[in-house]
Amino acid sequence: MKPWRNPGLWLVLALTVAISVWPALASNKAYTREVSFTILKAVALASSLNILLGYTGYVSFGHIVFYGMGGYVGFYLLDVHNAPLYVAVLAGGLASGLIAFLLGRAILRLRGAYFALATIGINEAARAFIKNFDLFGGPIGMSLNFNVYKSYGGPNQALWIAFISMAALTLVITVVSFLVKTSRFGLGLMAIRENEDAAEVMGVVAPSSKTWAYVLSAIFPGMVGVLFFFKNGNIEPPDAFNLHQSIETIVMVMLGGYGTVLGPVLGSAIYQRLRGLLLVSPLFKNIQLAVAGVLLLIIILFMPAGVVGWLRSRFGALRRVLE
Amino acid sequence: MTGQAQTPILQIQAVSKHFGGLQALSNVTFDLPEGQILGLIGPNGAGKTTLFNCINGIYPPEQGHVIFRGRDITGWKPYRVARTGLARTHQIVQPLNELTVLQNVIAGASFGHEHHPLSQAREIADQVLTFVGLAERRDALAAKLNVAQKKRLELARALAARPYLLLLDEVLAGLNPTEIAEMVDVVRAIRDQGVTILIIEHVMHALMNVSDRVIVLDYGEQIAEGSPDEVANDPKVIEAYLGDPKLAQQMMLAE
Amino acid sequence: MLDILVASLADGLLLGFVYGIAAMGLSLIWGVMDVINLSHGPIIALGMFGVYLAFNGLGWNPYLTLLLVAVMGLLLGIVIYGVAVHRVLNAPHLSTLLATFSINMIIIGVGTALFTTSPRNVDFSLGSFSLGHITLPWARVAAALAAVLVTALLYLFLYRTRPGKAIRAVANNRAAAELMGIPASRVLALSFGLGTMLAAIAGGLISTFFPFTILAGGRYELKSFVICVLGGLGNPLGALIGGLLLGALEGIIPAFIETSWVPVLEFVLFVVILLVRPSGLLGSKS
Repeated sequence: MKPWRNPGLWLVLALTVAISVWPALASNKAYTREVSFTILKAVALASSLNILLGYTGYVSFGHIVFYGMGGYVGFYLLDVHNAPLYVAVLAGGLASGLIAFLLGRAILRLRGAYFALATIGINEAARAFIKNFDLFGGPIGMSLNFNVYKSYGGPNQALWIAFISMAALTLVITVVSFLVKTSRFGLGLMAIRENEDAAEVMGVVAPSSKTWAYVLSAIFPGMVGVLFFFKNGNIEPPDAFNLHQSIETIVMVMLGGYGTVLGPVLGSAIYQRLRGLLLVSPLFKNIQLAVAGVLLLIIILFMPAGVVGWLRSRFGALRRVLE
Repeated sequence: MTGQAQTPILQIQAVSKHFGGLQALSNVTFDLPEGQILGLIGPNGAGKTTLFNCINGIYPPEQGHVIFRGRDITGWKPYRVARTGLARTHQIVQPLNELTVLQNVIAGASFGHEHHPLSQAREIADQVLTFVGLAERRDALAAKLNVAQKKRLELARALAARPYLLLLDEVLAGLNPTEIAEMVDVVRAIRDQGVTILIIEHVMHALMNVSDRVIVLDYGEQIAEGSPDEVANDPKVIEAYLGDPKLAQQMMLAE
Repeated sequence: MLDILVASLADGLLLGFVYGIAAMGLSLIWGVMDVINLSHGPIIALGMFGVYLAFNGLGWNPYLTLLLVAVMGLLLGIVIYGVAVHRVLNAPHLSTLLATFSINMIIIGVGTALFTTSPRNVDFSLGSFSLGHITLPWARVAAALAAVLVTALLYLFLYRTRPGKAIRAVANNRAAAELMGIPASRVLALSFGLGTMLAAIAGGLISTFFPFTILAGGRYELKSFVICVLGGLGNPLGALIGGLLLGALEGIIPAFIETSWVPVLEFVLFVVILLVRPSGLLGSKS
């Protein structure tokens, strides 16, 4: 089936577009834009992680390394070399992809929990390294000179540019996620997820497939990082390499349904809305993390395939629509 | 059988492998002419599956060579071996559980040596599924199949690769007599399509029926080789190796 | 220079005993049921708060409080096993990793709400002593001795008692142990409880010489990973030796490079060992 004739693709795109145009329709545009940015960023991180976690079956607690590394590289270019935003974004993605390629060759030999442990180690090593790396501002990080925003027509305009770029990038990621899932490459990844040894016997070149999946899943968070920190105005090691954000991304993928195209998009939207509501409520503000933990536990124990997986198995007719 | 004069499709030359103190294979040597079915028998732990693993690259042999279609493939990775046109099934079935039956077989077709794009792989998969009799279950998840169906799926996935040589590891184990008879027909039909087959089997009468030639392994050593007739009547096989009169009788009955 | 080095080495080694029992908890759970307990850190922090609350609120002696902390740690672990781990034990690794991580989030979330994240400390001093030019706090020595005692007791338990032998049997081959009539679920729950008990004790000991917050356990959890990989996952005695090794490294390395580079080195080492010898430096090669 041609990709554009698959209703599953259109559903995912429609959802992403809906999140993106919401601020334009809302009354409080600036506020809605920030909420929408957060959701889009989550969708982008979750969908890109899903390529490794959901399709290939490798549990990474270090997805955020690529967000941080890409973010730092792009930010450095913006800040020190006055590079245009699109150049910084591309450079951030490229840097992350390159790091993933080099790392992947080594650590993707590890399986199961050993791989997961290695990614935790890499996250910590990366954060500790950046803290010592003077070119990127060491433990203090870097702040954008306010003049940088001037070339984008002032801070307000710059925020909109960052938002629109984020929306476009997220759209690209969901399309890529769909194309991977329905391609031969994706079938190879899923074969690896189900049984790596059997996949190799069938002729799937697991080492290079895994590496490319890792690279692909790393490029996007690198680009997302640049956009986020451009909007944010400063970058610091704890924000860039927050192990917790890696875990939240995993939660969003699991909530929506890992290994599906729609799952990460839906999961991110639900999780971020929920989180927003909890943050507003004074009762839950303090134990927001605990509530997220309970939610995660419930998913793991009772709905391991996530919302989309549950719908797919419950209503067979929906399988055509829910990719 | 014909084909004796041609270069053998598979040549096993003095292959040895040991695990710790256990000599799993010692100096195994044989040729497999194209278009034949070669049976591989021996008691549990005789090294049959180890031999398969050395052939398709799960691990390399310590000594000796595996020559496939004139190329030395010794020590190649499994995926590289697969792409030269060699497919296998596993003794313990290895379905890709969360994928559908059809996806399993498409994967077989699209990653095998002909390396078809998905649309063509799908056509091949449909044909193969009909051939092994799994067409009605094509949209089921592989995990949901029963044992006999999983065996068929395992076979279908290997076949979809359109291999020159097929290694079958106990495809009959765990099947009831009717299912065995059906599977034996399928194996013959595969051979009739021109695929060479190396088959490990414990269901002796079926193996004796279907094989052109039989090799007997015992503690990693090749103790007999010949037509099913010759092997079944070889006193060395019956007395020295089979030891078990019941099993020996079973073999004789196969005649 | 040499004096400083010897002092910091001794300091590191004593601390290494405590790291060792924290890691032993992680290693025990891994060895018995192939689960990496990602709630390890918060449980270490709970151990710290256990001692803190008993000492500051009730005026109890921190070392005696450890007994209570141990019992609470054991019970907590059994509850965690029952609620979060048992159902997903045979599911893919992702499930147990995330299930134990959800417990991590719950403890940290509730803990932050209750205790905030401002630093606490247990103001109980045993004084210090001098050996030549080296001065060491008694609290470190006491902690090291307690750690050795706990290790010895654990070994006695595992090798001399029925439930201990059952744990080893289940670790060795769960299916076979079940066939022989060993109630695997109960043994697994007990093992998980022992693992968290060790974490809680380690936390309690650490609280006697370092200030801490509810988040402090994370550091020691990460160290436990490093140690387990040094000593071999699933090998409790290896964990103790790995702990000493890490303690020694932490003692020596700062003499040669800036302190801020130590974690970089630590985690790079961790990943490299994981790649080269996934069964640990002391583990078997298979």
